Amino acid sequence: MTAATGALPPASAKTPRGTRRGWRATPISVVARTLRYALLLLFLAIVLMPAYVLLVTSFKAGSDIGVTGQWNLPSPWTTASWAKAWDSLGPSFVRTFELAIPVAVISSIIGSANGFVLSRWRFPGADVVFTMILFGMFIPYQAVMIPLRDIVMTIGVPPGIPTLVFVHCIYGIPICTLIFRNYYATIVPVEMIEAATVDGAGLLRTFTWIILPVSMPGFVVTIIWQFTSAWNDYLFAIFLSNTRNGPITIALNALAGAQSPDYAASMAGALITSLPTLVVYIVLGRWFIGGLMAGSVKS
Amino acid sequence: MRYRIRRWGPGLLLIAPSLVLLAVFVYGLIAWTIKVSLSDRHTAQESNGFVGLKNYTDLFTNDINDRFTHSLTNLLIFTVVFMAGTMFFGVLWALLLERGVRAEGIFRTIYLFPMAVSFVASGVVWRWLMNSKIGEDAGGLNWIFEQLHLGFLQNPWWTDPDWGMAAMAVPAIWQLSGYVMALFLAGFRGIPAELREAAVVDGASTFQLYRRVLFPQLTPVALSALIIVGHMSMKMFDLIMSVSGAQWLTEVPAVYVWQTLLTSDYAKAAAISVILLLLVALVIVPYLVHTSRVEKRS
Repeated sequence: MTAATGALPPASAKTPRGTRRGWRATPISVVARTLRYALLLLFLAIVLMPAYVLLVTSFKAGSDIGVTGQWNLPSPWTTASWAKAWDSLGPSFVRTFELAIPVAVISSIIGSANGFVLSRWRFPGADVVFTMILFGMFIPYQAVMIPLRDIVMTIGVPPGIPTLVFVHCIYGIPICTLIFRNYYATIVPVEMIEAATVDGAGLLRTFTWIILPVSMPGFVVTIIWQFTSAWNDYLFAIFLSNTRNGPITIALNALAGAQSPDYAASMAGALITSLPTLVVYIVLGRWFIGGLMAGSVKS
Repeated sequence: MRYRIRRWGPGLLLIAPSLVLLAVFVYGLIAWTIKVSLSDRHTAQESNGFVGLKNYTDLFTNDINDRFTHSLTNLLIFTVVFMAGTMFFGVLWALLLERGVRAEGIFRTIYLFPMAVSFVASGVVWRWLMNSKIGEDAGGLNWIFEQLHLGFLQNPWWTDPDWGMAAMAVPAIWQLSGYVMALFLAGFRGIPAELREAAVVDGASTFQLYRRVLFPQLTPVALSALIIVGHMSMKMFDLIMSVSGAQWLTEVPAVYVWQTLLTSDYAKAAAISVILLLLVALVIVPYLVHTSRVEKRS
């Protein structure tokens, strides 16, 4: 997808008038249009159904969830389950910020340097190197997990959050490099770099003074992407941390994974867990989609 | 030579740390895992006896209850349903939206929102929705079916011994259909308006327009979508751990690795990981090579 930062282009810009004209006022087109909206609304309801269940159940008391009325609104509404969930998730909630924010910032900086070099310097074998970098983002991490646990212990990274920051930064290099490479390839004109080179600016100077100032959109995309994936990660977390020093996904799984879980508290917990990424999605949705698109490699 | 160094040196220097890190932590560790998979390290004790491919052949011929083949079968069912489901809804939603509808942004945002939620969190609610009880004490979705007099739709979901994995794909479809929609929507919007106009002027019906003009343009998008979703499916771990926990009925290779590590059988866990890696590589490597070639041509 061309624009690494791109939101989806609006329909109106590219819908040819010819097709629009066909839609006017024939009975068939009215039926088709009604059907289209009906379907869209039906799917909307289906997609939102789990969100409804989460919200409604989270405001019930743990004892209130019988078989009958389980889809009903709570009566009475209570925040007791939220309080209970927060009691078990609170500390890990804070820890997960300590994980996701450094990961987002560090990987973005590394990604922008790599992306810049790979978008401009076509050294021999650059394509092969780039493809080998990309492969790193598709591997099942189980394939590195056994030695990874030995290594992080050997090189003395403290367990828990610091370890996770370290591994997320490393395995985030491919996607961040890809996003920035595509971004620089489309956004920064070659002439700008050539002019700087002619003026005698070296690579580092070109990067700091010419490239970084126009990199903001790229940074927004990678920061959102890395924040979200570090926040939502469970695989690295379960292999490299525990409920006492790990992120919130581990704590949520401990809260909700019991044999007969307290569903009200679990669902309040699931909402607490999802809140930060949902806020990011709602506020910065445009750039969130940019990261998703980059995931499909095409530039 | 000196010219070359001046030209490429600084760039290489800038990316060198990343290259070294990836060489060590991706390729180095994969090599290490392969080495463990060829050893007899079946306990927490360090052991480096070389046993060749024995751990691999054991998985296929000598695993208790054919546990590994069972996990592969589960993975196959899950993957087929997951891919078919996301493609179906993703393409359908993109088709419904692509000509521009009122409040398109709202539809798009809501269809895509499950992507922002972790599998661990959504697993909590899907575990509740896919309650396996039926009839009088039905819960979750089965209760809805009961109320709507659609009792025949009631099913034990993922607890079904044969087709449970198909149900396990339902939450995954819910979570990723929006992503496929976004890919296709971008694809549709990327098709030059002239192509459509020409087809309409030539008297193509709407059906012909899509069948003969638009869909052929979207082959690369479909390929990307299938590969991304397919490789995610092979790695599926969080969702299954969250909905069912690690257990026989819903075990896939990614979960099997974790379960095996808990028993400290490093060699066996490594062998499963390597097979999983090969499965993913089989799909991803040709795709990456293809993409790199296409890019070079343009």
